[in-house]
Amino acid sequence: MTGWVPVCRLDQIEVEGGVAALVEGAAVAIFRTHDGNVYAMSNYDPCSQASVLARGIVGTRGEVPFVASPMHKQAFDLRTGQCLDDAEVRVTTYDVRVDDGLVLVGPPQES
Amino acid sequence: MSPHHRRTLVVAGHGMVGHRFVQAAIERGLTETHDLVVVGDEPRAAYDRVALTSFFQVGADELSFLPTGAYDDPRVRLLTGTEVEGFDPETRTVLLSGGDVIGYDELVLATGAAPFVPPIPGHDLPGCFVYRTIEDLEAIREAAATATVGAVIGGGLLGLEAANALAQLGLETHVVEMAPRLMAVQVDDAGGATLTRHIEQLGLTVHTGAATERVLGDDRVTGLALRGTDPIDAGIVVFSAGIRPRDRLACDAGLDLAERGGVLVDERCHTSAEHVWAIGECAAPSGRMYGLVAPGYAMAEVVVDALLGGPGSFTGADMSTKLKLMGVDVASFGDAHAATEGALELVFSDAVAGIYKKLVVSADGRQLLGGVLVGDASAYGVLRPMVASGIELPDNPEDLILPAGRGVPEIELPDEAQVCSCNDVSKADIVAAAAEGGTTRAGTTCGSCKVQTKKIIEDYYASQGKVVDRSICEHFPLTRQELFDVVAVHGHRSFDQIVEAHGTGRGCDICKPAIASILASQLNGHVLDGGNRTLQDTNDAYLANIQRNGTYSVVPRIPGGEITPDKLIVIGEVARDFDLYTKITGGQRIDLFGARMEQLPAIWRRLVDAGFESGHAYGKSLRTVKSCVGSTWCRYGVQDSTQLAIDLEQRYRGLRSPHKLKGGVSGCARECAEARGKDFGVIATENGWNLYVGGNGGATPAHAQLLAGDLDRGTLLRYLDRYLMYYIRTADRLQRTAPWIDSLDGGLDRVREVVVDDALGLGSELEAAMERHVDTYFDEWQATLDDPEKLARFVSFVNAPDTPDPHITFRAERDQIAPADSAGPVSLGATIPVGAPQ
Repeated sequence: MTGWVPVCRLDQIEVEGGVAALVEGAAVAIFRTHDGNVYAMSNYDPCSQASVLARGIVGTRGEVPFVASPMHKQAFDLRTGQCLDDAEVRVTTYDVRVDDGLVLVGPPQES
Repeated sequence: MSPHHRRTLVVAGHGMVGHRFVQAAIERGLTETHDLVVVGDEPRAAYDRVALTSFFQVGADELSFLPTGAYDDPRVRLLTGTEVEGFDPETRTVLLSGGDVIGYDELVLATGAAPFVPPIPGHDLPGCFVYRTIEDLEAIREAAATATVGAVIGGGLLGLEAANALAQLGLETHVVEMAPRLMAVQVDDAGGATLTRHIEQLGLTVHTGAATERVLGDDRVTGLALRGTDPIDAGIVVFSAGIRPRDRLACDAGLDLAERGGVLVDERCHTSAEHVWAIGECAAPSGRMYGLVAPGYAMAEVVVDALLGGPGSFTGADMSTKLKLMGVDVASFGDAHAATEGALELVFSDAVAGIYKKLVVSADGRQLLGGVLVGDASAYGVLRPMVASGIELPDNPEDLILPAGRGVPEIELPDEAQVCSCNDVSKADIVAAAAEGGTTRAGTTCGSCKVQTKKIIEDYYASQGKVVDRSICEHFPLTRQELFDVVAVHGHRSFDQIVEAHGTGRGCDICKPAIASILASQLNGHVLDGGNRTLQDTNDAYLANIQRNGTYSVVPRIPGGEITPDKLIVIGEVARDFDLYTKITGGQRIDLFGARMEQLPAIWRRLVDAGFESGHAYGKSLRTVKSCVGSTWCRYGVQDSTQLAIDLEQRYRGLRSPHKLKGGVSGCARECAEARGKDFGVIATENGWNLYVGGNGGATPAHAQLLAGDLDRGTLLRYLDRYLMYYIRTADRLQRTAPWIDSLDGGLDRVREVVVDDALGLGSELEAAMERHVDTYFDEWQATLDDPEKLARFVSFVNAPDTPDPHITFRAERDQIAPADSAGPVSLGATIPVGAPQ
């Protein structure tokens, strides 16, 4: 992976919603939270083994912004990809930034 | 014997008691050392014989204790349809009907009892039945199809159950009892007379003090000849004149029997032969046989305990009973007949209301010894434990049976008071379980102690200074019902308004869909309108049901299950063209599985163009109203159930609710639509429609109960409108109608007060709310197809809208697609072009 890949306009992502994008062949879920932040993580839910996280409900647990998998409702910290219900499970997160209304996804973050 | 040697335990009989024995053996670790072979002669695994009469409503599967036909524990082998023909205590072997011989280390006899058929002439004519097994009921049902009158010989507990069954099958029903009163064992003369009046009001004919001299008929039953009075014409006769222990095996093997039958056992339920035990109705501890399930359960626990080296013993059992017979409460407990020397009786009787209550107290008036309750058994929960634990009576014991409103004294039960007699659970057990956050078996068998159990748990929490927290989640300190009211009172129209005014944080997967449902119930907007979409669970968000590989299933509405050939062909063509797996569901619809998210609009387009609508299979909303073919085609139907089911499904389609809702309409009492397994069930009568509420399948099945009978169509709709809206407004999140009714103070009676009697004066408001829903209904698929903004989200990838998700793969199974197992995250490789943002 090199550089940043533009995937969509920011206004294509609903507030507290997500979209899936293809980035260098990988399915990446990109979320937008109520406070204006944008997060990206692998779309693949390791608990249900399906590529669905972008379709989950976005909210907060305490101060933690999270998405609940639409399959069996495991919660994932949008910032780190850590599963909040199972310390053993984590999904890869990606660098993401918004440039002039464009959402760009960067390389996967090292854990 | 080496410590690793596994021992073989054979259980002869797989009724309720045999099943409880196996359950206890698994739970308490006996299968760590023993392999169990369980031999049952019925063609099916153990089922709830206490609820046998409900077989006609719910079918055999719902009564089964083992719907899969096997125990989870691989060390238990269950042989059904197999008889134990004999056993030999010397060689420790049993002989099975197939000819197999099995060696045992321990043998438990749980062969139960058989109905007693008095040897009167004609007792074996075709048309004569007993009432014991599902097969008996199936035979009775078959015979009832061509008979108009039935008679039950025996007015005891089981006889009245059998009479109820005949009446449910639409037969004119007679009960013939030799004793001067019904339920002679449990109740006294006055209680029996009250019970007779109740039963006669239901249209049955009761003959007490009537001896049957012969069953009339040449090649099949035509009636009963009674001594000294006119004969009864009847095409069906059911014998329910008591039971006899099935002790033949023990007798053949030379074991000691009790004088009046039954395998004689000691207080550990051990027989006169080494390594042979007997439990339940085939056993006679200290020479006495017990014809109830609770003592049998206790014996099962005693033998498991003995085999584990424990000290358990069986020293007699509480023969108290409480039941609802044809809607009439009947309870009997302790020394119901005042047999104790010097016992005094206190009686309250209200012949007009059909209530009879009697307390039997000790000569000094300090101890409660027993009692009889007919017509109102609400005091049973307090009274029965008072007898069992010997707690002292209050100064005015008559207050315990006087009608409510006269200041019933609060009785504090002692810790050792046995609250659930079926499962031997004391008050202390319930409190301990509440303290640890666990549960007990209290209330799970006959259910008569449920109210008392709930009160003990609530009192415990109150004593801890705890308020039961019913907040929906961390974001709202409110119950769903309170949220519903808050939204209605303030007129909120969005999640943002609600969370800002009444909550904290930004919500979660619990509160967001609940609020989406509340908004939908009150406003009936499109679930995908701005601001609503992100509140929805994925099924509502995509108007389809997500399946295990991330694809969706599509379910068009087929109201009442009626479909034209043309429409059927369209469904087939759509499934073929999109390569979807098709399955006919339990709700009389056709599911199309394996649709990728980006395919959904094209699939809907084809279906909508052919006249289909969304079936809301995805929503917490009305699913289907199942029907039979009714009077149009069926030779038994008395009303047009198909038309009514279609009308009801159209009326309530799209109605969002705390949990999914299902309905059913049957055209006659045969109940082919299984309407009593639904949240609302309608069954045709000769005079109109009977409305049942609060049934459901699922993990905790419940039978719907009669709310009101013989309704005309207008009244039926009005009651249904009120019932559904009352549920939608007051139920908890994901609470189905059955537990919702249980949770109401007053239960079904409360629902009836609100819906039928309009006690709260809410009737017209609830009807108006439903009318608004009906008037504002639109098809969500069509509305989505019409709106490019909504459609924009139905893409596989925002930057590659038509590239199928590579994770989704299928394999073939039985000539159709099935999800292939996922191999983990899949990369398409760098060769897939990533389009520039649109």
